[in-house]
Amino acid sequence: MIGRHLLGVADLGGREGIEEILRLTDSFVEVSERAIPRVPALRGKTIAWLFYEDSTRTRLSFETAAKRLTADTMNFSVSSSSVKKGESLRDTAKTIEAMGIDAIVVRHASAGAPHRIAGWIDASVINGGDGWHEHPTQALLDCYTIRQHLGDVAGKRIAIVGDIKHSRVARSDVWAFTALGAEVTLVAPPTLLPPSLEGWPVKVSHDLDAVLPTVDVVYLLRMQRERMTEALLPSLREYTHTYGLTPRRAALLRSDALVMHPGPMNRGVEISAAVADLPRSVILDQVRNGVAVRMAVLYLLLGAGADRIILPEAEELSRA
Amino acid sequence: MPDPTSVVIKGGRVVDATGERVADVVVVDGRIAAVGEDLSADRILDATGCIVGPGLVDLHSHLRQPGKEEAETVETGARGAALGGYTAIVAMPNTSPAIDSAGVVREVLELGRTAPCDVFTSGAITVGRAGEQLAPMAEMAELGVRLFTDDGAGVQDNRLMRRAMEYATGLGATLAQHCEDDALCGGGHMHEGEWSARLGIPGQPAEAEELMVMRDIALARLTGCRIHFQHLSTERSVAMVRDAIAAGLPVTAEATPHHFTLTHAECAGYDPVFKVNPPLRTAADVAAVKAGLADGAIGVIATDHAPHAPETKELPFDEAPPGMLGLETALALALTELDLPIQQVLAALSWQPAAVVGIGGTHGVSIAAGQPANLCVIDPEATWTVDGAAMASRSTNTPFQGRELRGKVRHTVLHGEPVVIDGEAQR
Repeated sequence: MIGRHLLGVADLGGREGIEEILRLTDSFVEVSERAIPRVPALRGKTIAWLFYEDSTRTRLSFETAAKRLTADTMNFSVSSSSVKKGESLRDTAKTIEAMGIDAIVVRHASAGAPHRIAGWIDASVINGGDGWHEHPTQALLDCYTIRQHLGDVAGKRIAIVGDIKHSRVARSDVWAFTALGAEVTLVAPPTLLPPSLEGWPVKVSHDLDAVLPTVDVVYLLRMQRERMTEALLPSLREYTHTYGLTPRRAALLRSDALVMHPGPMNRGVEISAAVADLPRSVILDQVRNGVAVRMAVLYLLLGAGADRIILPEAEELSRA
Repeated sequence: MPDPTSVVIKGGRVVDATGERVADVVVVDGRIAAVGEDLSADRILDATGCIVGPGLVDLHSHLRQPGKEEAETVETGARGAALGGYTAIVAMPNTSPAIDSAGVVREVLELGRTAPCDVFTSGAITVGRAGEQLAPMAEMAELGVRLFTDDGAGVQDNRLMRRAMEYATGLGATLAQHCEDDALCGGGHMHEGEWSARLGIPGQPAEAEELMVMRDIALARLTGCRIHFQHLSTERSVAMVRDAIAAGLPVTAEATPHHFTLTHAECAGYDPVFKVNPPLRTAADVAAVKAGLADGAIGVIATDHAPHAPETKELPFDEAPPGMLGLETALALALTELDLPIQQVLAALSWQPAAVVGIGGTHGVSIAAGQPANLCVIDPEATWTVDGAAMASRSTNTPFQGRELRGKVRHTVLHGEPVVIDGEAQR
């Protein structure tokens, strides 16, 4: 059962908790398909966006989810605000909370920034991506998309390919996929793997060609250009040569295997344009499901889910 | 100012480098007048059930003055030191401006003149601690500086470090190194390993420290210069230093209480109060540091007392500065966490560091008639709970907040004057 905050996949309460959210997501997918895709579930609730890093898709996805639940939203624009004038993270968070908001969705370049904020304020904090650490709602929408296409995540073989070391998506996906019973293989050059995989329930491979025929899902990560300057890779060309999903490699996949990507894609680097547009590529479904999954998360944290937690206390108070 | 009033420290167990015995200690006019049974004097400091030892000596205090007076001053740092049982502390040079010239050395020494603890200062090895050009070491040595370090940074350039060591031999000075290879650290904010991988925090490998320890041992062999390794934190660093000492090289080392107490798992909550350089490492490293203290490979416990104003720690882990308070908890952590005889604990906290910095004639001296009266009286069984807000420091960044420790400083005597009585600072 989900608590007050969603900081990482561990907060979701393991397999049962994740499955509960996925079931709830089904009903919000149904809402999203209505002529007027809006329900009053969070009427009167206010959600603030606190994005220290540029983000288009996550912001827009959360914003759409909140609007479909009839929540009020406001944006704290970091680039044109007090933050630029040197305000501390704590002061910024306390200031936003003082305006009476119910939840803050945080995106920050520093791992753990949402955890720090959660320690300072009473409102719900939702991690919208923190540094290399986690991006829990991305993991949920990935699970939902796999379940939608393959029926279940349990027992599936999933390869996550690319820059695992610097990827919050990879970390959240590893915990969520394995919590649901999938077998995860990380495929990357050693320079792009975390320095230690102690305690990670994963296999590791440096041979994408060997892995591809065995998997139900190949999940590609975005390869950032600055990795070249850090001596992690000789060149993008070499990366594409060894780890890119080219048409030749896509042909090694089983016919029912899915191709996934958290976006934004670097066509021609980690994924060739032809592969990105194949029917087995479910990248746009991921985006679509992101809205419904985030509706489910907001609803659980602020709507009925939250009431279920608060009500017993209220009863106790009235008895006292 | 020496106080003409005589003071007797009564009923304690006197412990120094020569051994231990139950005795009263009479102090007059800044010196020990007598050590024996049933002595009396104008004033009495009760030491029943306590250890009477030489005052502690810290080789590694960040006093933040000049430049960051909101975090600490020489006076507040020295007061915390006195409360922690110290009678001498050595200031680190990473102030603003850096302590890299006679002028800044004079300023720090002047600020320390009225402090409730003797304040010595180190000097920077390079100008501005920038690692490019030798600082005027002779000029600083003339003012009494005996320890040179760019602490906060390691001297990266091999040739420059070699020259600094050669030059220092001519001054009879010791160089102290903060061992950290910048390129290998690559902006890491914690120990690189299981926890950094999970938390998504950029890490720095143990090898970044070990490479520089290895290099400086080689340079000690080449130059004959005394080198003191600051805050050793890895198992292999300790092993290399142990071997270097066995080989007869002029090498000493210190360890901090946090490195023999805490591991990188503390960083799991992203609280930067656990951020420090070198970083908290693995349980095996903690065990190795303890073993090094036990077998003498590490001869010194130093605090790396590093105050930071609260707002600078109210940030994400990677944006906050590294460092934690240490002066008021070091002794108690040593008594609580290390399973060592009291004499060995005091050796590492008092006379061994005094020898490294060349003040062994005044601090860490044996407790006998005629010697300077720099003493601390410790109740080894008293327990207390750490509270950063209750400390003398201007900052509160202790990683031991709320922890119950055993061993408490009761009195501290500086040049014959009781500057701490029953745990209360007298000035």
